[in-house]
Amino acid sequence: MNPKRTNQIATGLIYVLVAIVVLILAGLLGYILVNGVPNISWHFLTSGAEAFSAGGGIRDQLFNSLYLLVLTLIISLPIALGAGIYLSEYAADNWVTNVIRTMIEVLSSLPSVVVGLFGYLLFVIKFGFGFSILAGAIALTFFNLPLLTRNIEESLHNVSNLQREAGLSLGLSNWKTISGIVLPAALPGIITGVILCSGRVFGEAAALIYTAGQSAPTVNYLNFNPLSATSFLNPMRPAETLAVHIWKLNTEGITPDAHLISSGASAVLIIVILMFNLGARAFGNLVYLKMTAVK
Amino acid sequence: MQTYNLEDSYIVTPTESAAITTENIEVSYGSHQVIYQTNLQFPRNKISALIGASGSGKSTLLRSFNRMNDGKANVNGQIWYRDVDINDRKINVYELRKHIGMVFQRPNPFAKSIKDNLTFALKENGITDKQQLSQRTEESLIAVSLWDEVKDKINESALSLSGGQAQRLCIARSIAMKPDVLLLDEPASALDPISSAKLEETLKTLSKNYTIIIVTHNMQQASRVSDYTAFLHMGHVIEYDLTENIFTNPHIQTTEDYISGNFG
Repeated sequence: MNPKRTNQIATGLIYVLVAIVVLILAGLLGYILVNGVPNISWHFLTSGAEAFSAGGGIRDQLFNSLYLLVLTLIISLPIALGAGIYLSEYAADNWVTNVIRTMIEVLSSLPSVVVGLFGYLLFVIKFGFGFSILAGAIALTFFNLPLLTRNIEESLHNVSNLQREAGLSLGLSNWKTISGIVLPAALPGIITGVILCSGRVFGEAAALIYTAGQSAPTVNYLNFNPLSATSFLNPMRPAETLAVHIWKLNTEGITPDAHLISSGASAVLIIVILMFNLGARAFGNLVYLKMTAVK
Repeated sequence: MQTYNLEDSYIVTPTESAAITTENIEVSYGSHQVIYQTNLQFPRNKISALIGASGSGKSTLLRSFNRMNDGKANVNGQIWYRDVDINDRKINVYELRKHIGMVFQRPNPFAKSIKDNLTFALKENGITDKQQLSQRTEESLIAVSLWDEVKDKINESALSLSGGQAQRLCIARSIAMKPDVLLLDEPASALDPISSAKLEETLKTLSKNYTIIIVTHNMQQASRVSDYTAFLHMGHVIEYDLTENIFTNPHIQTTEDYISGNFG
């Protein structure tokens, strides 16, 4: 067989393999969107869920998902940032660091249902949080932390060492060099990573079933006091998210239109996650341009 | 390559007052020694060049002058900056580096605007007056003859500059701190000949106000810009003299072989 022929076969094979991946993804996405999008309406997005009758919406679930995401990021981002900076800039290359890295990897491969049950036992039961947004946010932090740390570490690591030397040679302290030069240069990568992690958190169900609970109590969107039981901001109330709602409708949904709501909610979920993913790229680039002042 | 007697050396003591003096300096990475027993005096407001083949230890020696080897290599012996032992425990290394600036082999502008490249470190040192910051920026850029090229795009990214411009920006960034000594580690090696020539001109002008020590593997460059030249071979300073003497009338065979291109 001559090299030209081999090359043609290899190229052909690669195209076939790529086509399989694209077909599976496009098929899945298409199925969900085609089935779901016709069920999405303004009414669907802005009204509460119905327990027994048809015509319910997903307003509370959608809000809960977003609120949970924000809380999760508030908890996990500072921790991941600290850990990432430590691993990339300060950690010596020795066995302790290797143990830490291995543990982070193990944590990231933990099944989310295990994280959920752990959160249930520790926070919901032992600490007496009950099914609550806070318990859910902490569980999601466990789930999110390894990926986020890894991402931040790598973004920092990708910044050229020349930048650090430049900072130090100007008499800047190590910390100032990291916070003023390395971190800004790594920011676009970090932001992209945060948004991609958000997509993962947004679609998570298993870890939340046992922590944030499966009920969406009626809340008052005009009550801004987070300590009030009926406030939409109260972190101690149970909160069914979109992904959990879809799971519940499909396992024990008793409304006559459970199937329609579930398809609509799935489509909304997919659209939001797609927006996260596409937005991540655009926003990361934008920040990079802004930071580096390239026009 | 033939083996040379590394103990054979010829080292002069410049008559001018010294900016940096090394006394029995030895540098090693772990058990691997790279610099042996070095005694040199670098005179003030002159350009001194360190030449030698790759791996001769010239960059390592240079980097120990502002302690950029901290945490990487062990430095034994004394390095005096005027009358201060820079490896003394009591020395504030960040303060020291403000006096002894450094420019690296590859241009490394920050991913910030041209102006911020110059003002970032100044602001960290408490200069907040806008007028003063602009003035320092302009002065430094004029000193490296970059002002005319960038004055209209001072707020644009430094990453948009060409290699030669970026390198001159890095020098400007160093001198904006008003250091006393400027260390340059092969500053022209990543530049084209025209940018290189411009850079050499810049260095000549700067030497009126700064003590410059430059590492270069380019002998023509060393002979063009420097007043004194030290030739290093395998971690030993073989010869240190007026540049003129080194290139026209070297005392040691090793030096002669190196500058006539027999090795390295």
